[in-house]
Amino acid sequence: MRLNRELACQEVVELVTAYLDDALLPDDRERFEEHLVFCDGCQNYLHQMRGTIAAVGRVRVELPAELQEKLLEAFRGWREA
Amino acid sequence: MVTQLLSPEDALLVEGLRAGDEAAFVAVMRMYGRGMLRVAEMYVSSRAVAEDVVQEAWVGVLRGIGRFEGRSSLKTWLYRIVANTAKTRGVRESRSVPFSSLGDGGDEGTVDPDRFIGSGERFPGHWAVPPQAWAPEGRLLADETLEVVEDAIERLPPAQRAVITMRDVQGFTSEEVCNALDLTETNQRVLLHRARAKVRSALEEYMR
Repeated sequence: MRLNRELACQEVVELVTAYLDDALLPDDRERFEEHLVFCDGCQNYLHQMRGTIAAVGRVRVELPAELQEKLLEAFRGWREA
Repeated sequence: MVTQLLSPEDALLVEGLRAGDEAAFVAVMRMYGRGMLRVAEMYVSSRAVAEDVVQEAWVGVLRGIGRFEGRSSLKTWLYRIVANTAKTRGVRESRSVPFSSLGDGGDEGTVDPDRFIGSGERFPGHWAVPPQAWAPEGRLLADETLEVVEDAIERLPPAQRAVITMRDVQGFTSEEVCNALDLTETNQRVLLHRARAKVRSALEEYMR
């Protein structure tokens, strides 16, 4: 994507995921970072998105117990077959 | 052995599954089961049908594991099987596949437009109501906060829920998600960004 002027905060917030994935073009990345230097609001936003990602990383990944049980039965059945 | 293409961890799990080793099965189910369920939910109409799809997909996994050649990682292969199983079921349910649209919102921004200065004023698009720092930050990783995060994820449209689960819970790269779900890089990023923005917004409400 190509951005040809100074960024507004409303644009910066939409670029955060691309920025974190290192998917911005070098010029855009530079504009993004320049904006952050002077903008506490966007710094907070970026920091909170990083915090959000860390918090999401702690979510449980197990399946509901009944489903685990059913899958395990299916596995045992397959092994026996 | 084709499994030489796999990472050592994947190679062990694949060998284990082939040998009928229950510990390997349980390990794979624990690691990827929830994500597989999320993927199934993208294509079918209810949690119950999604659970059926996961069971059906596992039958496919066990049937196919002997021929799995390790051209993709184990998890990408697993997710492709569940996605294909779910698509077939979704078609039977005559439910349209969700990627014609990206779930919601169209081109709208992910942050409430009222928080920015309007176009008629000086500094349009800059914060009118900027985000305040969260304090204390340690609260973010507390157990009660985890529930807020889980609720927020639960309320997401299914495609966003699947992508955020794969990327931020299970640690897939964007390329792996694109491969598993046949998404373009751009769509993958839009889904992930919307999902994260909604979870952040729920956290902001809570951390206030």
